[in-house]
Amino acid sequence: MSRAVDLAVIGAGPAGLAAAIEARRIGLSVLLIDEQPGVGGQIYRATDTSPVSGSGILGAEYRRGGELALSFRASGARHMAGSTLVDITADGWIGFEGPDGVEFVEAAQIILASGAVERPFPVPGWTLPGVMTVGAAQTVLKASGAAPQDDAVLVGSGPLLYLYAVQLLRSGRRPQAIVDTAPRLPALRALRHFPRALAAPLYLAKGLRLLNEIRKSGTAHHRGATGIRIEGADAAESIVFQASGRRHSLNTSLVLLHQGVVPNIQITQALRCRHRWDDAQLCWVPETDEWAQTSRPGLRVAGDGAGIAGALAAEYRGRIAAIGAALALDRIVEPDAEERARPLRRLLKTELAARPLLDALYRPADDLRVPSEPDTIVCRCEEVTLGDISRAVTMGCPGPNQLKAFVRAGMGPCQGRMCALTVTETIASLRGRHPGEIGSYRLRPPFKPTTLGALAAMKLPDAPEIDRAGNTGTVELAEQS
Amino acid sequence: MFSRIEENPAEALVTFLFEGRPITARAGDSVAAALLLAGVATTRTSPVSGAPRAAYCMMGSCFECLMVIDGAADRQACLTPVADGMVVSRQLPLSGGGS
Repeated sequence: MSRAVDLAVIGAGPAGLAAAIEARRIGLSVLLIDEQPGVGGQIYRATDTSPVSGSGILGAEYRRGGELALSFRASGARHMAGSTLVDITADGWIGFEGPDGVEFVEAAQIILASGAVERPFPVPGWTLPGVMTVGAAQTVLKASGAAPQDDAVLVGSGPLLYLYAVQLLRSGRRPQAIVDTAPRLPALRALRHFPRALAAPLYLAKGLRLLNEIRKSGTAHHRGATGIRIEGADAAESIVFQASGRRHSLNTSLVLLHQGVVPNIQITQALRCRHRWDDAQLCWVPETDEWAQTSRPGLRVAGDGAGIAGALAAEYRGRIAAIGAALALDRIVEPDAEERARPLRRLLKTELAARPLLDALYRPADDLRVPSEPDTIVCRCEEVTLGDISRAVTMGCPGPNQLKAFVRAGMGPCQGRMCALTVTETIASLRGRHPGEIGSYRLRPPFKPTTLGALAAMKLPDAPEIDRAGNTGTVELAEQS
Repeated sequence: MFSRIEENPAEALVTFLFEGRPITARAGDSVAAALLLAGVATTRTSPVSGAPRAAYCMMGSCFECLMVIDGAADRQACLTPVADGMVVSRQLPLSGGGS
C-alpha cells in the first residue's frame, strides 16, 4: 500500500506548527493531527478565535501564535482538528478518533509535539470543586475571554503563576492573594546558574517586570508558604498555610494551583521509547538524538514533550525535527540538512541558556511533590491516598506497575496522567531510591479512553474493502503533491 | 466565579440545556467553560466515594469534566465545543458513565 503521507505531526502548538511548516518548505506531504478545534496548542490557545487577543491582556508573546497559524495555513499542510490520537502501530499507521470516528493514516515519519502538562499538585483538598490549575484558568481567559472575580487565590510557584496574575491585573481583575511556595531566598545552587543565564537577558527582565507589576498592584503576596491545605465540604471554602512564621487562613471559592510544567510523555511511554529521569526538571524526558529521533525509528519528539524549554525553543526544535525527518526520507542531503539546522541550533542554544537558572529558581518544593499527610489523594481517579501507597510499599510493592494491582492507582480514566509523577517520586522517597530506578506506569493504547462502539466502527487500515463508501481508510492527500 | 472581561454584542451566541436549564454561551466556548461561567460547580461525582468533582485542567488531561453530552457518557466537556440545542448533564453513578 502506498504511503498516505510523508510526515504526520501530532500536536498543533509551536513545535508542531513549526515542524509542519518546515517540512512543507522541504517538500514533504504533511498531516497535522490535534485534539483542539483550532491551532496554537496551549501556549497559543485559541489564537484564531480568542475574544481577548487584541486587548493586550495576553502580552506580545501571544501574538507569535497568530503569525505561526498564518504560515501554517499557507503551507499546504493538512490539518485534522478535533482529533484524538488512539494508537501508533509498529508499522507506522496512526489511528485517531475524529468527527468521523476512528480512522488510520500511514505515515513514513512521525513527529510528536504533544507539549507539556502542569505538574501534579497533590495537597489535601485538591480534588474539591473550586480548585483548578492556573493553566486551566488561563485557558478560560484565552479561549473564552473570562476571568475570576476578586476572590481567587493563586498558589504555587513558577513563571506561569506570575504571568497569569499579571494578566488578571491587566483584565481589571485582581487575585485575592498569591500564596508563593518558592523558598524566600533562592537556593545557592540556583545562583550558580546566573552567569550563564545572562546570555538570555530577556527572560530575566521579563520575570522581574512581572514581579514588579504584581508588587505595584498591592496584591497580597505570601512568600515561602508551606503546609498548604484546601478546606471545604462539597467545594473549596478556604485555604490554610504557614508563612512568615504564622498560620494563615483565607476564605475563597477558587484556588488556582501551579508548580511548573513537565513533558507530556503519555504517548512516548505507551510506545516504549527510552526515557531518562531529569534531576534538574524532576520529570521523565524521552531520549532523543540531534535530529529529535527517539529510540523508536521514525518517531521524533519536538517541543516541551522532549524536555521543558519554552515556546520559542519549541519552534526551533520542531523545525530541526522536520529537517531530520526529511533527511531520513532522503528528501534532503546531509550537507543541506546541516546548513538548514545550523542557525536553528544556535538560536536554540541561546534560548536554553536561562533554563538551568529557571529550573533551579522554581524547583518545586519536596513536600509539594511528595505529600506528607496520609489523607492526601495522589491518584484522583481512584482516590488513592499517600497512606494507601505507604501501606502497599510496606507490604513489598516495589514500583508503580505493582501499585496498580495493590490499590488501582493510575487505572482510572486519566490513565495516570495526574498521578504518575507523584507515584514515582513517592515510591522513590519511601524506598530510599532514585526515581530513575523506580520507573513509571507501563501505558498501553488506546492513548485515551475510547468507546467500544468507536473501535467496532473504525476503518481498519488493512481492510479498505470493508468501507462501502469507497474510502480507503486513509486521508486523501493528493492535493499536496 | 468566572465572568467575561467584556461583553461583545457582536458575538454569536448559542443556547444549550444543562439538566433542563437553558444556558447561553459564546460560540467557541467549551462546554466546561460555559458551565463555569454559568456558575455550575460540579461536572460529575467520583465513582469511588461519590464526592463532587469539577474541571481541573481544562486541557483534556484530568478527565474530571466527564459529562453526559447528547446522550453519550464519558465526554470530556473541556474538549467539546458548545452547540445550539446540546443537552448536557452531570455524570452521576446511574448515568451510564464508565469511569
